[in-house]
Amino acid sequence: MSKMLHDTRLMFIRNMQHTIRNPVFIFASMFQPLLYLLLFMPLLNGLGGVPGLPAGKTVDVFIPGLLVMQALFGTAFVGFSLIDDIRTGVIERFLVTPVKRPAILLGRILRDAVILLLQCILITLVAIPFGLSVNGGGFLLALLLYALIGVTMASVSYGFALIYKIEDPLAPTLNTITLPVSLLSGIILPLVLAPLWLQDVGNFNPFYYAVNAARALFAGNFQNVAIAEGFVIVGALAILLFLWGLRSLEKMAS
Amino acid sequence: MVEDIVIETKGLRKTFISKGKGGKKEVEAVKGIDLAVKKGEIFGFLGPNGAGKSTTQKMLFTLLCPTGGEAKILGYSLEEQQEQIRQNVGCVSQAGGADLASTGLENLVLQAQLYGLDLSTSKKYASEFIERLQMSSFIERPASSYSGGQKRRLDVALGMIHHPQLLLLDEPTTGLDPQSRVYLWEEIKKLKAQGITIFLTTQYMDEADKLCDTISIIDNGEIIVTGTPAELKSNVGGDIVEFTFQSEEIVRNAEALLTDRIDVEKIQTKNNSLHLYTRNGGNILPELLRLFDAKKIEVQTITSSRPSLDDVFLKYTGRSLREDERK
Repeated sequence: MSKMLHDTRLMFIRNMQHTIRNPVFIFASMFQPLLYLLLFMPLLNGLGGVPGLPAGKTVDVFIPGLLVMQALFGTAFVGFSLIDDIRTGVIERFLVTPVKRPAILLGRILRDAVILLLQCILITLVAIPFGLSVNGGGFLLALLLYALIGVTMASVSYGFALIYKIEDPLAPTLNTITLPVSLLSGIILPLVLAPLWLQDVGNFNPFYYAVNAARALFAGNFQNVAIAEGFVIVGALAILLFLWGLRSLEKMAS
Repeated sequence: MVEDIVIETKGLRKTFISKGKGGKKEVEAVKGIDLAVKKGEIFGFLGPNGAGKSTTQKMLFTLLCPTGGEAKILGYSLEEQQEQIRQNVGCVSQAGGADLASTGLENLVLQAQLYGLDLSTSKKYASEFIERLQMSSFIERPASSYSGGQKRRLDVALGMIHHPQLLLLDEPTTGLDPQSRVYLWEEIKKLKAQGITIFLTTQYMDEADKLCDTISIIDNGEIIVTGTPAELKSNVGGDIVEFTFQSEEIVRNAEALLTDRIDVEKIQTKNNSLHLYTRNGGNILPELLRLFDAKKIEVQTITSSRPSLDDVFLKYTGRSLREDERK
């Protein structure tokens, strides 16, 4: 176990160094949610009063969901950096050392989670002048939830990168996953507005529960059962997909 | 197992399942090979692309599970003791695997740490190799800025950083300029002088000839011959005479003329050329020229040579080693 921590730490530092050397990308992937905040939220304000969007509180509903979107899209494409490392033989070099296999992935995923949390905090800070009110303790718990979503998406991205080993099919695959998943989670508009069949489909989307949990956390409604639901569902998904990604890595060396 | 043997394989096999149009098909990449690499030697593993060379190398790297057979590396079982093998063997793949976005120094220190060394020992080992391979002038720049030779030196240092007694080198000089090749050859010889055993995969005969104590040639997934370079060359026989002709048709005519002669050991033809293996090239040449003349067969060029390892390969496989690339 201590070797696992030791190796994960080394891998985390190595990946973090790379990210810090190109900090532009940290901010580049924040551009999309900021555009939503500036150019889309005003539209939503006009809708205030419809079911699921209480008048004057649209920002409180919108931001927790927007951060789920950031967790989905911000980490979905991390697999590209892994393909680079596969192509240059870096991963193979790691695999012939005694380094623990899970550490190779964990070091990357933890880096991705840290970057994601940094982005979430920055976006939240930007949203405060727009009238966002947020419960402090709830926000900290919500960050944990976002981190779990980040782990889930990063695992998916790395898993496919390890299977494909080339860039071309990776982007379409990831888009095919992220787009429906985010449309069906009630991020942009609440799902209560949807026709019944769409709501039913949405009920099968794990990230729908994550959005509900995040909204309850921001509002400080700790009694809301949606919070526990969100953590259990996203937590289980994160573990499952991490194990799947790990299996893809181990298959590379079999 | 004999103590002096550091790599021993018996019937090592790898089969891939390929899903093609006609359903699943088994492809036997390595068909049961026996290797015995002695402590302290440079062992050359030769073969053309697609012969099973890389598959074998990957199995020895612990990156690919054998389908059958056994292998022991430094006494550890390839099947059950991969951790120990990884800890004690140094591997340098053809891609090298240096992290291009990091400096050479960062690469070396991290690599040492991955072998479980603490930070100060890692730094000490890194500076030792930086000095030994004369890398100090560039080691603090990102590896993406290195020349081919510089990068290859870093790759070798990465494979050696934990001071393994056995080093597996996968085509270490492929793609290098002549000067860097010679430099690397000298370094490999120095490693041998320190008692390190080296298993070297290569597709260059001259490299195997200059460096290796023992050579195994693999083709179509099988070892076709093993021996010292001198033994292999003497197997080829006395001299090789190569004739070239105007057309393949003339080559066939010439071949027909020579087949039954007792002083000709073997004939091989390729495109417009004909290789003739003989005990005594000096005596037979004038006679053959008269014979060709009498039959109005016009010879374009004649070369007579002592056998090289290229000829060894040609003799055992009927092809030249790097034929695919020439096409």
